[in-house]
Amino acid sequence: MPDKPVKTVNHEEPGEKVTEAETKPDFKMTVENVDFFYGDHQVLFDVSLNMEKNRVTALIGPSGCGKSTFLRSLNRMNDTIPGTRLEGTVKLDGVDIYRNLKDPSAVRTRVGMVFQKSNPFPKSIYDNVAYGLKVNGIKDRHLIREVVEDSLKRAFLWDEVKDILSQSAYMLSGGQQQRLCIARALAIKPEVILMDEPASALDPISTSRIEDLIGELKKHYTIVIVTHNMQQAGRISDHTAFFFEGVMVEFGETERIFTKPAMKKTEDYITGRFG
Amino acid sequence: MIEPIKIDRPPDRQIPRELVFRPKSSGVVPRGLTLAAVLIIVVILAIILGNIFIGGVGTINWKFLTHPPEQGMEAGGIFPAIFGTVALVILMVIAVVPVGVLTAVFLHEYTSPTSRVTRLIRVAINNLAGVPSIVFGLFGLGFFIGFVGGAFDSIFYRGEGPVWGQPAIIWAALTLALLTLPVVIVSTEEALRTIPSEIKDASYALGATRLQTIARVIIPQALPGVFTGSILAVSRGAGEVAPIMFTGAAYYLPYLPTRLNDQFMELGYHIYVMATQSPDIEATKPILYGTVLVLLLLTFMLNFVAIMIRSRMRKKRVNA
Amino acid sequence: MKEIKFKPKSKLKEFLGEKFIAVNAFAALIGILLIFTFIFKEALPIFTDSETREEAGVDKMVFKQEYYEGRPSKWSWQPNSEVPKYSLFPLFIGSLKAALIAMLFAVPLGVGAAIYSSEFASRRMRELIKPVIELLAALPSVVLGFFALIVLATFIQNLLGLTFRLNALNAGIALGLAVIPIVFTVAEDAMTSVPQSLRDAAIALGASPWQVSVSMVFPAALPGIAAGVVLGFGRAIGETMIVLMASGNAAIISASLTDSVRTFSATIAAELAEVVFGSTHYSVLFFIGTLLFVLTFVINLTGDMVLHKLKERLQGKLR
Repeated sequence: MPDKPVKTVNHEEPGEKVTEAETKPDFKMTVENVDFFYGDHQVLFDVSLNMEKNRVTALIGPSGCGKSTFLRSLNRMNDTIPGTRLEGTVKLDGVDIYRNLKDPSAVRTRVGMVFQKSNPFPKSIYDNVAYGLKVNGIKDRHLIREVVEDSLKRAFLWDEVKDILSQSAYMLSGGQQQRLCIARALAIKPEVILMDEPASALDPISTSRIEDLIGELKKHYTIVIVTHNMQQAGRISDHTAFFFEGVMVEFGETERIFTKPAMKKTEDYITGRFG
Repeated sequence: MIEPIKIDRPPDRQIPRELVFRPKSSGVVPRGLTLAAVLIIVVILAIILGNIFIGGVGTINWKFLTHPPEQGMEAGGIFPAIFGTVALVILMVIAVVPVGVLTAVFLHEYTSPTSRVTRLIRVAINNLAGVPSIVFGLFGLGFFIGFVGGAFDSIFYRGEGPVWGQPAIIWAALTLALLTLPVVIVSTEEALRTIPSEIKDASYALGATRLQTIARVIIPQALPGVFTGSILAVSRGAGEVAPIMFTGAAYYLPYLPTRLNDQFMELGYHIYVMATQSPDIEATKPILYGTVLVLLLLTFMLNFVAIMIRSRMRKKRVNA
Repeated sequence: MKEIKFKPKSKLKEFLGEKFIAVNAFAALIGILLIFTFIFKEALPIFTDSETREEAGVDKMVFKQEYYEGRPSKWSWQPNSEVPKYSLFPLFIGSLKAALIAMLFAVPLGVGAAIYSSEFASRRMRELIKPVIELLAALPSVVLGFFALIVLATFIQNLLGLTFRLNALNAGIALGLAVIPIVFTVAEDAMTSVPQSLRDAAIALGASPWQVSVSMVFPAALPGIAAGVVLGFGRAIGETMIVLMASGNAAIISASLTDSVRTFSATIAAELAEVVFGSTHYSVLFFIGTLLFVLTFVINLTGDMVLHKLKERLQGKLR
């Protein structure tokens, strides 16, 4: 059994304040000319997009436009569906994640995912958060305990569950379960977090908590979020990409996209003319 | 106005240790062990079938299937056992299919899945399916032969020796009917579920009553499931021995059953007695193996037909 | 144009027809009640008739008895000896031994095959495994008993150098074959019912497919798998023909797995033929039948309740 570790991660410190003087943006993930196929059926057409480090990039567009498929290709989740194919390049820190890493599960330890409907395992709260660590070979119980506590704190859930860690995750409310899923994703210390409509199944108060959480998380992680809710995109994202029928129509700073969209389609969508 | 939420800031300390992820093992052990389980089962099944086939195939010929046994089961054929088995399951099917179908129709059309009545009947069906076969035999003895048969005798045959209150093919058939009732119900229900509600709506919209819709639309549409259930019931009934041991089966009879209160020979029972009570097991082995093979072929043919019907029915449902 | 007159529908026919259907529908329920009633009825003398109680009252069936003066008291089942002995304990031990051996054999194979089918097998393999299990399930128990009696017993005896050809091990293995389909079906169903959303969550955390199966799916399905084991055990306890033909039918109390045993079910089947109607022996056999009925009823009810709860839980999640 080889001894070389696949991934070594240190706890990331919140960086110094980002100065305006930075001219060249630091792209955590870059996507170039991606086409995506379900069998013979093409759903993404020549998509190129860059996700800047420690920023929130929002993907918006009407149902079926391909934004979720695009999101899932960033951590190779589409590999689990038979018959799918991606052409083009997806790079994480300059490294092509499709071509150069044989085991897709290695990507997922660096690019984590939170799903639309919260999906905690039928295990205790503690075991849910610890799952990712155990499955990746961490055996030190003290280390696991520390990381679980840290992750729950980062997801703003620790105070609510610290006394009930051994209870089933299903005891929590919907909003708590979603924060648990976020803590679970944070435990393996990803660098990028993908979120597929993370608050769409939640009530307004829980939604607002998740949005605040995202605002905090982006200090340490790069976030890509798919959302149906344009106000949400406007509130929490730095950059926005508008997808329509598998094509990325427009991409840019959120404020500009929502006030001065360059493409008519974008303007139509934002003003509610369709979708 | 929604109150602003207080945010808990994560501590600014550093986790002192590193997370070192190890490369994954290939999972060959769980895969291998579980595959081994599958293979062991397949091999054992193959050995059993192979042994029976090799042991019995030489015995089976036209004479074997159409002649009665001779020389104390060391020669001749098993025709009476085949006849008895067929007669038995025919009677059983006549009894079980109408009751089973009507039960399924009642559960599907008349009650809601969560009502008390439905749950009660379902509990009864599930437990009926789990009752040990020998308990059915006791029931046949105590209820059909003792109670019902005895009542017949005392009403119609006062004084004369037992006419109905003794082992008889009708009682064995009714006992088996109760045993296979769950099979028919489950199969019919599966078929009923494939019937789209639009068809029923159309019938009602034309003024048909519920009874008419059931008789003219629903049951005809559910026939594949009824057939499947009947065939599976027959296959099960032909193989069960314990329920018929004391309710009518016999090892050697010089006649074929022609009346409802006759005893009968039967394949499964024949196998049991021959295997356990033959004075010379080596001499009867060929016949024994031949009988087992006949029963097995019968069972598999029936099951195969039922599975064919069922898979065609399922495909229709997917396309519907 | 001719007038079309529709005949009025008979309300009475409709009413009677629906009542007829309803009555039939209760057949299963009535059947279960009748079974219990008429079996217990024949066993009643054990409780009510003083003579029967003398010979085979409940205390006589459960506790050690001193059958012969001066000799130590013991449990013994010998209904046909001069001093009839009706202790149920040897039969209980026999049923238990056979059933436990059957489960030891059937659970690893059945659950293992279910895991492979649900988690590792390709679609084609799954479509091959299912018919194999259905084939196994279709084998009549008398055929399995025959095989154990004629073939398996000799094989085991030669392999292990045993004195008794027909014994608990022989019957237990054949019994296990009959139980495998039940365990397999329920376990496989439990695992395939684990929702894809949970599997996705595990994969997104970096688990490889086999890790998802072993560390998430299998534990999540455990209650369902346990229910399958319980239902299989119920079948093992109640099965008749296999043990009747393959276990040796000796009512011995021993810890050895290679001794002959006598089970509850086989006792009824073996002795009912020669019993005198209405005698003590007759009542005791029906009592054993009642016991079997109640035992399997409770076991099946438990298993079904666990499965029902499981389905509810999964559906609550999916909503």
